[in-house]
Amino acid sequence: MEQTKYLVVGSSHAALEAVTAIRMHDATGSLTLLTRDPHLPYSPTVLPYVVSGRSAPDGIFLRDEKFFADQGVQLKRGTALKALHTERNAAELADGSEIAYEKILLATGASPAIPPIPGIDTVSYHVLRTLDDATRLNAAIKQSKQAVVLGAGLVGMHAAENLVKVGAGVTVVEMAKQLTDGYFDAIAAGLIEKAFTDNGARILTGSRVVKLAPSAASFGTPATPATPGVTLTLESGATLEADLLLVATGVKPNMDYLVGSPVEHDRGILVSDTMQSSVANVWSAGDCAQAKGFFTDDKVMNAILPDAAEQGRIAGMAMAGDSGLKKYPGGVPLNTYHFFGRHAISVGSSKVPEGAEVLTRFDEVSGRYLKAIFKNGCLLGIYGVNEFFDGGVMCQLILRRIDLSPVKERFLAEPMTVGREIMSKTWR
Amino acid sequence: MAMFGGAYNTIAFDAAQCDGCGDCMTACATVKTGTVDKTRSRIQIVDSADDGFELALCRQCGDPKCVTVCPAGALTKDGASGVIDWNAAKCVDCLLCTVGCAYAGIALDAGSGHVAKCDTCDGAPACVPACPHGALKYITTSRIYNEVGDWEDLFAPGLAGCQGCNTELLMRHTLRRVGPDTVLATPPGCVPGMGSVGFNGTTGTKVPVFHPLLTNTAAMLAGIKRQYKRVGREVNALAIAGDGGASDVGFQSLSGAAERNEQMLFMVVDNEGYMNTGMQRSSCTPYGAWTSTTPVGQGSGGMPSQGKTQDAKNLPLIMVNHRCEYVATASTAYMEDLYDKLDRALEASKRGFAYLHVYSPCTTGWRFPTNQNMEVARKAVETNFVMLWEYNPRDGLQFTRPVDDPLPVTDYLKAMGRFRHLSPDQISHIQSKVVENLAFVKQMAHRQSA
Ligand SMILES: Cc1cc2nc3c(=O)[nH]c(=O)nc-3n(C[C@H](O)[C@H](O)[C@H](O)COP(=O)(O)OP(=O)(O)OC[C@H]3O[C@@H](n4cnc5c(N)ncnc54)[C@H](O)[C@@H]3O)c2cc1C
Ligand code: SF4
Repeated sequence: MEQTKYLVVGSSHAALEAVTAIRMHDATGSLTLLTRDPHLPYSPTVLPYVVSGRSAPDGIFLRDEKFFADQGVQLKRGTALKALHTERNAAELADGSEIAYEKILLATGASPAIPPIPGIDTVSYHVLRTLDDATRLNAAIKQSKQAVVLGAGLVGMHAAENLVKVGAGVTVVEMAKQLTDGYFDAIAAGLIEKAFTDNGARILTGSRVVKLAPSAASFGTPATPATPGVTLTLESGATLEADLLLVATGVKPNMDYLVGSPVEHDRGILVSDTMQSSVANVWSAGDCAQAKGFFTDDKVMNAILPDAAEQGRIAGMAMAGDSGLKKYPGGVPLNTYHFFGRHAISVGSSKVPEGAEVLTRFDEVSGRYLKAIFKNGCLLGIYGVNEFFDGGVMCQLILRRIDLSPVKERFLAEPMTVGREIMSKTWR
Repeated sequence: MAMFGGAYNTIAFDAAQCDGCGDCMTACATVKTGTVDKTRSRIQIVDSADDGFELALCRQCGDPKCVTVCPAGALTKDGASGVIDWNAAKCVDCLLCTVGCAYAGIALDAGSGHVAKCDTCDGAPACVPACPHGALKYITTSRIYNEVGDWEDLFAPGLAGCQGCNTELLMRHTLRRVGPDTVLATPPGCVPGMGSVGFNGTTGTKVPVFHPLLTNTAAMLAGIKRQYKRVGREVNALAIAGDGGASDVGFQSLSGAAERNEQMLFMVVDNEGYMNTGMQRSSCTPYGAWTSTTPVGQGSGGMPSQGKTQDAKNLPLIMVNHRCEYVATASTAYMEDLYDKLDRALEASKRGFAYLHVYSPCTTGWRFPTNQNMEVARKAVETNFVMLWEYNPRDGLQFTRPVDDPLPVTDYLKAMGRFRHLSPDQISHIQSKVVENLAFVKQMAHRQSA
């Protein structure tokens, strides 16, 4: 049986950071990277730009073969982990073979969650998580005249913008009362929605799709053969016709391989503040892991790129026994979003706990919006639309629980400048 | 992935010198955006509400978070220059890097709609010369460490110096540079105390080393060098001695060897006292300094004791008067300068006597925190308390790091405990000596080069 000291499963942000951290401390221990994706490592986050055509599919790779060769890492692409046999420290692969490991990192991320809408298995639809999804969608949007996006999260909104820009009619259907729920508040969401409707998209918030069926209408063009369309029926009884359906209603962690294993999992794989699972020699990081939140002691899913990288690094250090390891402080939500040349940034908690103070500033003419949440003088969250501030600095203000009461007014007026001033004084 | 183990050039900011004029930002914006819009500068000086000026600038981190969070592979750490490069063609304007960086080193440039960061202008940063107050410096010392890092370290690992002492650094650098074809003499003092002569029958160096008496170092080394020459073997004769072993009891043999122009490199590590035996004064101890033999207290016969009552002997100037092949002063706070001098001293030692006097702050004997060694060494130079110069018989004496606008000597004195007791009279004596010494060396520089 093949043997390796470190087995890292996944080839995205969490996995790659773990590899770097392991190699920083252990330059020679045998290391195998296993991924079910056939391609070199890339980020799911870049995929909307592959869809739009801005990023060339062969220009997005984060590492090349040489990197792995130089680092003494055996890269196995197109090979999925099927089952984990922790009692004998062995990983069973899709082809039935096994790899014996001393330590394993589960950094398998997430996949699109497909909602159980009646008829969904009778229609063809797109999702966006892998490079192959993106190249398919890239080809499809060029043909599309009238598309429907299910879900108004960031993935859905990105795709909707791409569709608008190629001239397709787009309808976004979202169950929640506002779009980008969970990332941005109602005012920010309103600004985003307006940008979309100004550009011709239709946004149906508070709407639920109750039925999907193949459409009778044909959407073929003379150049391309007819593609089967989809008819969507909404709760209200109204129907929508689509030649392209994108399902972007959220994600679910990839952890099917844990069936029958004692590794504890809930919404994700439960990990400690050094990313260790409930079972010896098994770590997990990134979108598949459920780790402590910064604002709560409960374990949360914080499925964002910066956190995947941070968790991957901690896991790698812990696996290699690096004494420089600092414990995970807990996940802080961080999001940036670019839409129609504008940008929105959110850092920290969007919840307003009891006793917290909310300060806002909104200039309707310029569309600049800022909101900050404080408790006991400390920043809990900050949100801006078209108001640039350094998200990394804001995150440190939150993590370090710096008392901003003496500068609160200035901070709200000029978050970027005051944040930089405090940074330079405190942790530069 | 970053190359590890290399050192890089860096832009350093001295907030104390900054008056917020913003010329650096104008220079950056001009070069990078073709405008004079300071908000578009990649170096940002922030006017702090309470006092002074703060800085936001890419630190070109060794472990850059912006690179790890970039989904597009648009940011990469250049292993050779250390600079984090931004690739406009790959960037997708997602702004994640600005969330990753805790130092505001990469930010949205509203003028272009893309992120922007400092790229050090390919090693010639426009902001640095634009600063009229010297608040920005481009530190290029790294090239030394990169070069030297490849040379063999000829001292045993684990020398037993006091915490924060710079002498280990000096010893390792010196012997690395002088190289394996060397015979080393280390008379009693901190250097053998740290382990140059070794333990349990093995030496602390990978070159032959011996332990002469304080009095006869230069004489013994001269004899050994002559014997090697007689048998036809080229070796470097190197002494690393303390100030006690050179300026006090060792002076006779040192002066004799210099006068005979013996071919050797004699390095003095001047920590201004007999520090390894309990911090007694030497003739290099400065006026007013506390040592265990120039104490501070009641004194006797109604005469309170206030530290050393005589001025220090200026040994390097005395060596100039031997007209040696080469004489120089150096400091570990100025490694580039030290390396240049080491090269020239080594070269000169093939022809005759070369003398290198290195000022070496002593954390234990001078009483300052162990993390302050380089700062104390730097302050000594910045106040002109010590001066960095070199001499050879052809070109005379020249300053290598002239300090045109010296800090008050109190900035140096305050940095350590051995001067804590000084009275205003003593301080003004020291300040006047600084002025006098400077004038004296300047005069020599003038005369010699005229
Ligand atoms: C379209 C899109 C846009 C996004 N935009 C943003 C954004 O703007 N900001 C942000 O912070 N985050 C964004 N995200 C989320 C972000 O991409 C993820 O949080 C991040 O990629 C998580 O990294 P990861 O390493 O945990 O997992 P993933 O990136 O999901 O990678 C998982 C890896 O595991 C492999 N794998 C899975 N199962 C197996 C198996 N059984 N065996 C072997 N290998 C397996 C996969 O092939 C893949 O290599 C976006 C995601 C998408 C899809
Ligand atoms: S803005 Fe550009 S450089 Fe920054 S993270 Fe995004 S793609 Fe990378």
